[in-house]
Amino acid sequence: MKGGEAIIKSLQDQGVDIVFGYPGGVLLPLYDVIYDSDLKHILVRHEQCAAHAADGYARASGKVGVCIGTSGPGATNLVTGIATAYMDSSPVIAIAGQVATSLIGNDAFQEVDTLGLTMPITKHNFQAMRADEIPGIIKSAFYIASTGRQGPVAIDLPKDVQEEEFDYKDEFQIDLPGYKPTRKGHPLQVKKASNLILNSKKTVILAGGGVILSESSEELMNLSNLINAPVTTTLMGKGSFPEDHPLSLGMLGMHGRKVANLVVDECDCLIVIGCRFSDRTTGNVEQFAPNAQIIHIDVDPAEIGKNIQVDLPIVGDAKIVLNNLIRTISKLKEREAPPAKGSSPSWKDYIKDFKINCIPRLSYDDVPLKPQQVIKEIRDSLDFEAIVTTDVGQNQMWMAHYFTSKIPRTFLSSGGLGTMGFGFPAAMGAKVALPESDVVAICGDGGFLMVSQDLATIKEYDIPVVICVLDNRHLGMVAQWQKLFYDERMSHTHLGEVPDFVKLAEAFGVQGERVEKPGEMEETLKWALKSGEPTLIDVIIDPNEILPMVPPGCGLTEIIGEYKVEREYPGEIPYRSPLKEEEGE
Amino acid sequence: MDNQRSHVISALVLNKPGVLQRVAGLFTRRGFNIDNITVGTSEQEEMARMTIISRGDEKVLEQILKQLNKLIDVVKVRDLDPEYMVKRELCLIKIHANSERVRSEVIQYANIFRGRIIDVSPETLTVEITGTPDKIEALIDLLRGFGIKTIVRTGATAISRGMMDY
Repeated sequence: MKGGEAIIKSLQDQGVDIVFGYPGGVLLPLYDVIYDSDLKHILVRHEQCAAHAADGYARASGKVGVCIGTSGPGATNLVTGIATAYMDSSPVIAIAGQVATSLIGNDAFQEVDTLGLTMPITKHNFQAMRADEIPGIIKSAFYIASTGRQGPVAIDLPKDVQEEEFDYKDEFQIDLPGYKPTRKGHPLQVKKASNLILNSKKTVILAGGGVILSESSEELMNLSNLINAPVTTTLMGKGSFPEDHPLSLGMLGMHGRKVANLVVDECDCLIVIGCRFSDRTTGNVEQFAPNAQIIHIDVDPAEIGKNIQVDLPIVGDAKIVLNNLIRTISKLKEREAPPAKGSSPSWKDYIKDFKINCIPRLSYDDVPLKPQQVIKEIRDSLDFEAIVTTDVGQNQMWMAHYFTSKIPRTFLSSGGLGTMGFGFPAAMGAKVALPESDVVAICGDGGFLMVSQDLATIKEYDIPVVICVLDNRHLGMVAQWQKLFYDERMSHTHLGEVPDFVKLAEAFGVQGERVEKPGEMEETLKWALKSGEPTLIDVIIDPNEILPMVPPGCGLTEIIGEYKVEREYPGEIPYRSPLKEEEGE
Repeated sequence: MDNQRSHVISALVLNKPGVLQRVAGLFTRRGFNIDNITVGTSEQEEMARMTIISRGDEKVLEQILKQLNKLIDVVKVRDLDPEYMVKRELCLIKIHANSERVRSEVIQYANIFRGRIIDVSPETLTVEITGTPDKIEALIDLLRGFGIKTIVRTGATAISRGMMDY
């Protein structure tokens, strides 16, 4: 068998049926095998889109996504997508061609040190120097990418290795003596956590992306119900808990919901699950959850104590740990004289009342459109199983803040790296993974233009995603910071008058529509989804809309900007809970 | 910071290309410092052992150990207990020594420090010394007056005392 054949066979043995890629000189042997293979290959129009599409595929389906790029510029174009997947713990395999082994180190044509480039942005990387290493490398790569804290793995494949003949053996062992992810939480820590929870009066749960990656939303709901704890999420945790649930607080952090930021500030016990305490989530770490004992559940031991000192760490897979925690707390509660009762239903009721006071306002009649109104109409047009992806910037934070998600893996966004241009190709990958689901990309005009060439891909392969470009002709988030923190000195954040996004779409044979008035978004999106064709909707929005935020370096309660709420109510929002006085009960 | 101290970290790693780069890259990227690092083969055929000396407080040390452990090619990581380990370094010192008086004094100092003369030329003497980094510093200080031409140090390597296997 040739090396190239072994790559395809090994990928198929891992259950891969589709890859996103872009060929090149050193990949000719591999692509020659793909030519005869039943492995489906989607030819993207830029390698970055291959990586984002593989990432979107992985996030939407939970399966490992695969992307391929050639040596040199192909590999460097993959890098942004790999780094994006790394920051958000997404299982992606990136295969890069490399110059022949005899040329490595000679600064050959299209040679780059892919191994060195991807070392800090992958969970692990491999270089195959002989064809007989390929089956083991690919099996190891999938195992590493999809277990423990998931993440991308890069594989560097020199041209001659793809051509080399070797004896393929079906039976082989992979040997990774340095890789043993912890899965089960320590029973003593679980017991201590249970006691801590039962001895607290105002418990809150913070769910991160780890809850989604470990498929433990059901356990999260059970725990919340068992201990009367409201749930807030990080950006990556959005969808892990239904946001229309009375105990949902929405997203926490710099652009978080007011109710979430205030309640986390007030709680006396914070259970943090599958979350790495990003600075965008915590605000000033000195002022984060100042009254709380923090329990931190994470599969990656290195996340414990990295950004925030926690009181009670539990290293393990969220699903297993949550099940143990629920079992232990239930047992303790069943005792005739339980050690303590934990948060009472009155904490739950307080949260519900408090929350009603700060539900953000979504309905506006304004022209140009307010993003809140647009998002409201998008929500009204979609069922809850529909997948939305976002780009990065204001569009992302508006979506995170105002859009109601209920189901895991339906809200896909570049959280850690904040990669503009992620939304559209990720939607493409998600649609390929789940063709039956409606997939809508919510992009900014800046981010979409970074990847707009891949309109060709969705047209050629008939991948019917709907792209909503929230078009304010600005790099909105940077402009917002210039307005708030740089004396309105709007340096290079206005994007000018071109392009005409509808005409741009039409140039690629993709249908385009423009939306300018309230009501049109819902109508147009429903039409686009019904048409079953790839569509671009250019949504003209108000460039002056600012999302209330916590300035960098401040505590989470220091929200600036007017926080417009849906329901007018008399008086101040009660900031300190009346429970303080009740505690003696 | 006053609670900063020097830590000796012993890491058993797979003996294959790129491992040193992975470890060194990790230290650079995370802003950990490396005072010195030594690498060599170990008692197991496919493994190498690294001794890394790094400064930092307990929180930094904890992160170093955890981040090292995350590397797939790192099999085992330990922070050696300063009370329960032996630390040694090898140093070669080339000294300007063209007079009989200087030569005999250098040889005497070398003997006191249990060093050896490993090379002689009409103009120079080269001393080999093994010991703790402090002992080596002391000899270097003494020899400085004669005119040191070149110093080559391996950096410290360390092993635990007793039955522990690192």
